[in-house]
Amino acid sequence: MKEKNRGLAVFTFLVFVFLLGPLLIISVTSFEGGSVLKFPIETFSFKWYENIFKVSMFLTTFKTSIIVSLAGNLLALLLGVPAAYALSRFNFKGKAVLNAVFISPILIPGIVLGFTFLRYIVTTYQLPIYAGLFIGHTIIMLPFVIRVVSSSLSTFDFSIEEAAHSLGASKIGTFIQVVLPNIKSGIIAAVMIAFLESFNNVDISVFMTGPGVSTFPIQMLTYVETYFDPTVAAISVLLMIITAFFMFIVERLMGLSYFTKR
Amino acid sequence: MKNRNIYLLLLPGVIFLTIFMVIPILLTIGSTFINEGSFSFDGYLHYFQDKYFIGILLTTLKVSLITTFICILLGFPVAYYISKVGTRTKVLLLLLSIFPLLTSSVVRSFSWMIIIGKNGVLNKLLLNIGLINEPLNILYTPTAIIIGLVHLFLPLIIITLVGVMENMDEDLLKAAESLGASRLGVFAKVVLPLSMPGLVIGSILVFVGSFTAYTTPALLGGKQRVISTFLYQNATTLNDWHTAAIVATIMIVVTLLVTITMNQIAYKINPKG
Repeated sequence: MKEKNRGLAVFTFLVFVFLLGPLLIISVTSFEGGSVLKFPIETFSFKWYENIFKVSMFLTTFKTSIIVSLAGNLLALLLGVPAAYALSRFNFKGKAVLNAVFISPILIPGIVLGFTFLRYIVTTYQLPIYAGLFIGHTIIMLPFVIRVVSSSLSTFDFSIEEAAHSLGASKIGTFIQVVLPNIKSGIIAAVMIAFLESFNNVDISVFMTGPGVSTFPIQMLTYVETYFDPTVAAISVLLMIITAFFMFIVERLMGLSYFTKR
Repeated sequence: MKNRNIYLLLLPGVIFLTIFMVIPILLTIGSTFINEGSFSFDGYLHYFQDKYFIGILLTTLKVSLITTFICILLGFPVAYYISKVGTRTKVLLLLLSIFPLLTSSVVRSFSWMIIIGKNGVLNKLLLNIGLINEPLNILYTPTAIIIGLVHLFLPLIIITLVGVMENMDEDLLKAAESLGASRLGVFAKVVLPLSMPGLVIGSILVFVGSFTAYTTPALLGGKQRVISTFLYQNATTLNDWHTAAIVATIMIVVTLLVTITMNQIAYKINPKG
């Protein structure tokens, strides 16, 4: 088994070079002193990091993205946590269908959702683009909230809840004082996964642009269409740092099995 | 708890999704069957005779199939290796697979523009070592899209397969070996069949993901249209919502068909999976 393992180890190493190499290269290019992206870099500087803060559209869209992701996240939790609780706690008629409805936003192609949101939420329902962004992002975050909270509820011992209830606590009181604290880490993980999903979203946001309104990833796409300087590389480094931070927190809260289970 | 109360918990979410997603999707699909006020299939007939559209559809299918195939070829051995190494290495390798998956697709596709561009890292390297005399034109071709998509989805199939392979009974492999099975035999008769459910689910995720991906083809594909960029172009720049709705419906149908059929296959192979 040994020499076969060595071959496999080399193969695995090369695959990881393919996966992480591009991210390493983009990180290095962000420190280029000149005005064109190149690898390896010729002079070292932080000036493209400074440039991020000089392009006002980056600041505006960053604020929009943060607000949309946080507000959408909150609504997705308000709609999703009770639903996840009902779906994992009880058996009832139509459960399979309702479960499918809540998961469906990840089954329908994102670009299709984006188009229908533009066509109906913005055009037919006549809601402003901001509302379209907010609603669209809430919808794509819902399945993640449902999935993470459900998986966290699946290990919760519901007899504790019944005990609290039989001791005289009200239904809602039990839920808030007994169930919620027990699935706290699941909810925090759900918030972080859903946040990344929403913050990085392109498929929905690309349809929801208007005069001065856009999200951060869309602004990045617009920028690289016109400029090939290292600004987006510098942004990439900052985004990767945030991503790594979120990943470690989710790993702490839920373990790696959350990611490998399908 | 009374049934009525259970539905009350689900109601807000269901109403929200119905108003903002289910109805818009149904209306979009419905609108494709209406032509000048009456029911007709003309829209579809028109597009399935249009060489340009068929070309885009076939390119997208081809790109997605090749991407899925490459992801399986690269992902399977890597997943097998990860499932066999010690815990600490396993955790590290899994984290290194998950990290790109959580990273913005704009960042990941953009990084390939620096690598496969005309003056990119790859061309510089190959020119320097004298392997080529002219820079390769990879960026803005279907090949570029495939490279970007493999990079995007390979971690997905790796972690899906690791999830299945981890549960594989080590004793079963040892038993097969001690009973005289060759390494290839163990692989073909034990490892492969037991990994099938993961392989099928991973392939669905990669294929559907590639078929519907927007960012990667938009950044790396240049003028080469795929079905999602074609939908976007019709919906926004061309303002042709009838065409966009037809393309959207085709995407939904293909996605659901692939997902349902493959899930059935996975279930047949391993009813417990």
